[in-house]
Amino acid sequence: MPIDLAAPETSGSTTTAGRGKRPRPPFGVSAVSVIAVLIALFSLIPLGYVIVMTAATGWDTAVGLIFRERVGELLLNTLLLMAITVPLCVALGVGGAWLVERTTLRGHKWWAVLLAAPLAIPAFVNSYAWVSAIPSLGGLWSGVLIATLSYFPLVYIPAAATLSRLDPAIEQSAASLGLGAWRTFFRVVLPQLRIAMTGGALLVSLHLLAEYGAFAMIRFDTFTTAIMVQYQSTFNGTAGNMLASVLVFFCLILLLAEVRSRGTARYARVGSGAQARALRLPLHAYQAPSQLFLMCLTALAFGLPLVFVLRWIFAGGTQIWVADEFLPALLQTMGYGLAGALATTVVAFPMAYLAVRHPGWFSKALELSNYVTSSMPGIVVGLAFVTVSIRVAPGFYQTTALLIAAYVLLFLPRALVNIRAGLAQAPKELDEAAQALGKPPLVSFIRVTLRLTAPAAAGGAALVFLAIVNELTATLLLSPNGTRTLATEFWSKSSEIDYAGAAPYALLMILISAPMTYLLFQQSKKVAGQ
Amino acid sequence: MKIRTNALAGIALAATAALGLAACGSGSSTPAASSAAAGGSNAGEITVYNAQHESLTKEWIDAFTAETGVKVTLRQGSDTEMSNQIIQEGAASPADVFLTENSPAMAQVENAGLFADVDTATIDQVPAEYRPSTGKWTGIAARSTVLVYDKAKLSEDQLPKSMLDLAKPEWKGKWAASPSGADFQAIVSALLELKGEAAAEEWLKGMKENFKAYKGNSTAMKAVNAGEVDAALIYHYYYYGDQAKTGENSKNVTPYYFKNQDPGAFVSVSGGGVLKSSKNAAAAQSFLKFITGKKGQEVLQKGNSFEYAIASDVPANDKLVPLTELQAPTVDPAKLNSEKVTELMTKAGLL
Repeated sequence: MPIDLAAPETSGSTTTAGRGKRPRPPFGVSAVSVIAVLIALFSLIPLGYVIVMTAATGWDTAVGLIFRERVGELLLNTLLLMAITVPLCVALGVGGAWLVERTTLRGHKWWAVLLAAPLAIPAFVNSYAWVSAIPSLGGLWSGVLIATLSYFPLVYIPAAATLSRLDPAIEQSAASLGLGAWRTFFRVVLPQLRIAMTGGALLVSLHLLAEYGAFAMIRFDTFTTAIMVQYQSTFNGTAGNMLASVLVFFCLILLLAEVRSRGTARYARVGSGAQARALRLPLHAYQAPSQLFLMCLTALAFGLPLVFVLRWIFAGGTQIWVADEFLPALLQTMGYGLAGALATTVVAFPMAYLAVRHPGWFSKALELSNYVTSSMPGIVVGLAFVTVSIRVAPGFYQTTALLIAAYVLLFLPRALVNIRAGLAQAPKELDEAAQALGKPPLVSFIRVTLRLTAPAAAGGAALVFLAIVNELTATLLLSPNGTRTLATEFWSKSSEIDYAGAAPYALLMILISAPMTYLLFQQSKKVAGQ
Repeated sequence: MKIRTNALAGIALAATAALGLAACGSGSSTPAASSAAAGGSNAGEITVYNAQHESLTKEWIDAFTAETGVKVTLRQGSDTEMSNQIIQEGAASPADVFLTENSPAMAQVENAGLFADVDTATIDQVPAEYRPSTGKWTGIAARSTVLVYDKAKLSEDQLPKSMLDLAKPEWKGKWAASPSGADFQAIVSALLELKGEAAAEEWLKGMKENFKAYKGNSTAMKAVNAGEVDAALIYHYYYYGDQAKTGENSKNVTPYYFKNQDPGAFVSVSGGGVLKSSKNAAAAQSFLKFITGKKGQEVLQKGNSFEYAIASDVPANDKLVPLTELQAPTVDPAKLNSEKVTELMTKAGLL
């Protein structure tokens, strides 16, 4: 799924490269293009798989499997979940960001970090904690509760980043023209948050479509949980494939809707000069209720899961820490996370380079093909890779390489968006200057551009790492024999309601996710402050 | 520039670590080519596609590896997921041995012609009623269908005489099951074999109206225990397993056996077989012989799995109702049809 956390910044910043004459691309650029095209083609495998499978099923069978009562149930469940959860996430994310960034909220620096913290807790761990607290949880409203608490930071982080760099001059003008604080917020501030909100909403929606563990645990059926059930019953049956095609259809619709709603309006400041510091709105009587509200929110989203994980840890005592079970899982997870983050960053580079330095329909098309794939849930990509590798490349079946390749496809935009922002900030002129001083192009590229892009790339890599640590479905389908990751171990223990045995894995996942979440939060602020 | 240099160094470090770890990861997980060179006379490596409970198979593996030196790699999945996977993998399957919870998935792989004959030494250890007559695979353990219920909500005279009664309107909203599990699908396949397709379809339709879906038998039992639902159709050992531990998820639960050769008294045979494509058939056969042998069956008798021992004259765990008292219907395990079952269940809107 695309993480568009830094999206607001990239939209206006790629224009410089398009100016002036266009020389014929040197050999290096052509090579980069070829690589990018190959990656794009590779990334279309899952979509091709869904189309081929649907076609191979035959029209009548496909229609019979798609237009049936069960699919209607899943459709209703999934749509209701999205219709309720997405607005809640946007309201909580934007509201939280506004309190933290633009009001005299006491301790706003602490709150700023705390509101991003739930991102370090995988949704299925959240679900496990809530089921421990209230065992009877189930159905739509429990799904809404858990999804909202898990995913609102996906709106909060970009919203906070955008708010922290909005030019207060516009708001001051509005105020001087007689608009009150509330109306200024709705008529001036909120419209400028549009990109952050639509991007965040898209992300939340795609997560809702793709989530498996969290909803399976509370017995709430969506397309993804139903596909997983079909997979476990038939490995690769047509019914599951048809459900997957419906799911992919939804993802594409969402992607299109987001592109449309993003619009063409320009939000960036024009001209030189320093931006004024934003004034913080005094909260006065609202100080106490605001504090209370944020306390409740973070207690539910972050405190409760942590407390229940720790409770199970203490309840389980020392015997749940079986070193020869959790150590390999930890190492395996770290290994996959690092290798996947590295591979994704490397693969994202040529794409980002073309997008920033050679924008046009070509680079746009390449980028779009990746967004399409990454909008597909892990289970669909997993199914595609299993089928394709068994038939076409049996040598890659059940290898680490195939799993990493799936991670790359699933999480490429997370790296891409960050690297693109970083590249846009590294002036081409510096590279050219280095070349003028006698450095060969490759050397100047590595010593100047790559170095300037490194922090942004690190941010992207952190995001990918975080995603891999929490990934469940693709890992379950594709991992090599004998593989244990923290997520799969946690899942196998918690499905057998061995909650105490699952707790160490939950804790380890949170512990290795926390620093990445912090890095990511810092990075989003830095990029926004360009 | 200082920070950026550090970041770059950080990435380089991470990259090196990633490559190192990835190398370790792939090194240990790819099927070893040098398996034969590993040592002792009987040593080597086999891969087991395991749909049985992981903890039970791990007990078997630990004892087997200790005795023979053969290293065993596990891939965990569900019955039909793995049977279909083996069929798709065909001759290239990395699996040497396939273990299931129930027999329909075994029959499926057998019908695809992918099993090698089981060694006669192994067959001789298992009574005829717990293995298919073809000798392409063997029973390794057994489990009985049971209705666990909440005594506070249902009195004994309210209990259904037959599993088929659960499709009647008076049971609406009162019982739970885990339709995605192989266990439940095996019960349906027995019903299909005993009563025919029309009856099975009818029953599944009534079930869809009446039941509450849970993921996993233990979760369904937990729901009965917590008072969310009156009864759950599961296998017996979830109850006994929980009783032996803390009883936390079964203290309000009572097991009820249908008996009378009812479809609900079905005893399901867990299967084990060696793949024709196995690259280490000798070690794979010896693993199967081990788990159906005395030591392997004693793991069932004395361990915490509470599944029935069926072979090598090892009696069942003495906490269980003996197999002979269950009055199970006679079903040939080789005849159970998993594909038809998932098709019927998909049609009924349960999957």
